[in-house]
Amino acid sequence: MVLAPYLWLVLFFLVPFILVLRISLSQVALAQPPYLPVFDWSAGWQGLRETLAGLSFENYELLGSDAIYLFSYLKSLQVAAVSTLILLAIGFPMAYGMARAPRRWQPVLLMLVILPFWTSFLIRVYAWINILQREGLLNDALRALGLIDQPLAWLATDTAIYIGVVYSYLPFMVLPLYAVLEKMDDTLLEAAADLGCPRGRAFWLVTVPLAVPGIMAGSLLCFIPVMGEFVIPDLLGGSGTMMIGQTLWLEFFSNKDWPVASALAVVLLALLVVPILSYERLQQRTLEGDR
Amino acid sequence: MRRFSPINVTAVALGLAFLYLPIAIMVIYSFNASRLVTVWGGWSLQWYAALWHDEAIRDAAWASLRIGVLSATLATVLGTLAALALTRMGRFRGRMLFSGMVYAPLVMPEVITGLSLLLLFVALDLSRGVWTVTLAHTTLTMCFVTVVVQSRLVSFDRSLEEAAMDLGCPPWKTFLTVTLPLIAPAIAAGWMLAFSLSLDDLVIASFTTGPGATTLPIRIYSQVRLGVKPEINAICTILITIVALATITTSLVVKRDAARRERAALGAQL
Repeated sequence: MVLAPYLWLVLFFLVPFILVLRISLSQVALAQPPYLPVFDWSAGWQGLRETLAGLSFENYELLGSDAIYLFSYLKSLQVAAVSTLILLAIGFPMAYGMARAPRRWQPVLLMLVILPFWTSFLIRVYAWINILQREGLLNDALRALGLIDQPLAWLATDTAIYIGVVYSYLPFMVLPLYAVLEKMDDTLLEAAADLGCPRGRAFWLVTVPLAVPGIMAGSLLCFIPVMGEFVIPDLLGGSGTMMIGQTLWLEFFSNKDWPVASALAVVLLALLVVPILSYERLQQRTLEGDR
Repeated sequence: MRRFSPINVTAVALGLAFLYLPIAIMVIYSFNASRLVTVWGGWSLQWYAALWHDEAIRDAAWASLRIGVLSATLATVLGTLAALALTRMGRFRGRMLFSGMVYAPLVMPEVITGLSLLLLFVALDLSRGVWTVTLAHTTLTMCFVTVVVQSRLVSFDRSLEEAAMDLGCPPWKTFLTVTLPLIAPAIAAGWMLAFSLSLDDLVIASFTTGPGATTLPIRIYSQVRLGVKPEINAICTILITIVALATITTSLVVKRDAARRERAALGAQL
């Protein structure tokens, strides 16, 4: 039963990571495949030894020496952290409102949040271009309201990236929060009220602590993929500092430098190891019980 | 008490408006008669007609459809097996590694997954095209299937299976006649999710595709980079309609199934 999916994941998930690691230690070459040294199966042990001898840390030295890469990582970190906070600020009231809605409304509300999550990411990001461009609807609306005289540049700014990220990832934040808030025992709040706790305080002392697993799950579900996001900054962002996903994409597709792209991926993965492992702990706890 | 309070209603309404307004605007503008995407020129279906004659879009849609159906089916089989293993097999050798590999792709940045799979295909010397994208999508989406099926299995009443086996039903038959029908809605939902994720993916497909296998998102992306076009609004509207219909159908099926189970349970009590 377990063998087929196990072997599949080892071959298509684990082995590829080992390959990324190995190729990040190679050099770029004008060949097919475009890196050196290439391991030759027929050469056996001798070939393996030669391949290992040919590996070097040059690509990592390059990442350390060129500020472009450092700035890319910092930008990704900033975008991921700030948008996770914005998502929490928007997602929590929304999930809370859904969980407090009458029971028979909840499936409908849940459906309405899940539906965009199933709709194409690319399409949802693209929808914002319509709105944010110079002659777009946002500027039209703001001008009609008399808030601005001249159209503002929204597209190709960091603001546009934040709008795109928050928009695309909102369901990922709302769903885990809703899951914990919906299960919350109402009598706890009644007990707090009976004991004279004001409602605002009860919210911070009872509701928020109980929602911590949802807050953690939602934040990790947003923070981790946003760190490597490519589509959103590429379509909505400007030509300034790129996020690391864009830098990796550029190295791979434009510069055809597979080894440097691999090294970028390895460092990104290293940055994300702790968040990914905490996410896995959380999943194991909710889906498998504490084993 | 669970009731609408003004603050809660406002929060939910604003959130939903934020989620749906951009999509609604795009859908409306797909019927725009004007070539200029920002000027409203009356209602028209011309961009849908233009799509019909666009061979590149048709080819891309066909490639996406094939990849979606193939990878979703494979992913559903593998994902369901993985879910059964994780809920039923208890501790087994390498369980930590296995569950680690199952949950990691859910959050793994797509650029990393895409790049690593491409390097594998190059190392294996596979010619890149529809098949490599299918393999890549299967790997990504099987993990989503696992989570969907697993959450159904966790809330599963094992006594039904035990009853069947006590009555002399062999394990394989118990699985086919008791377990499978009970988790079928979750499996169907898993397939749908896998299919729509495959239909949606740009990054992993870009890394793992080869000549002659341009998927719909890759095609749309290359058009979008050149600017907003009314045809793109039209194709996006079609895709959204398909996914919305499929999602609503799946949830109705799951709901009907739940209602039937409740009635059956009630009948047993009477």
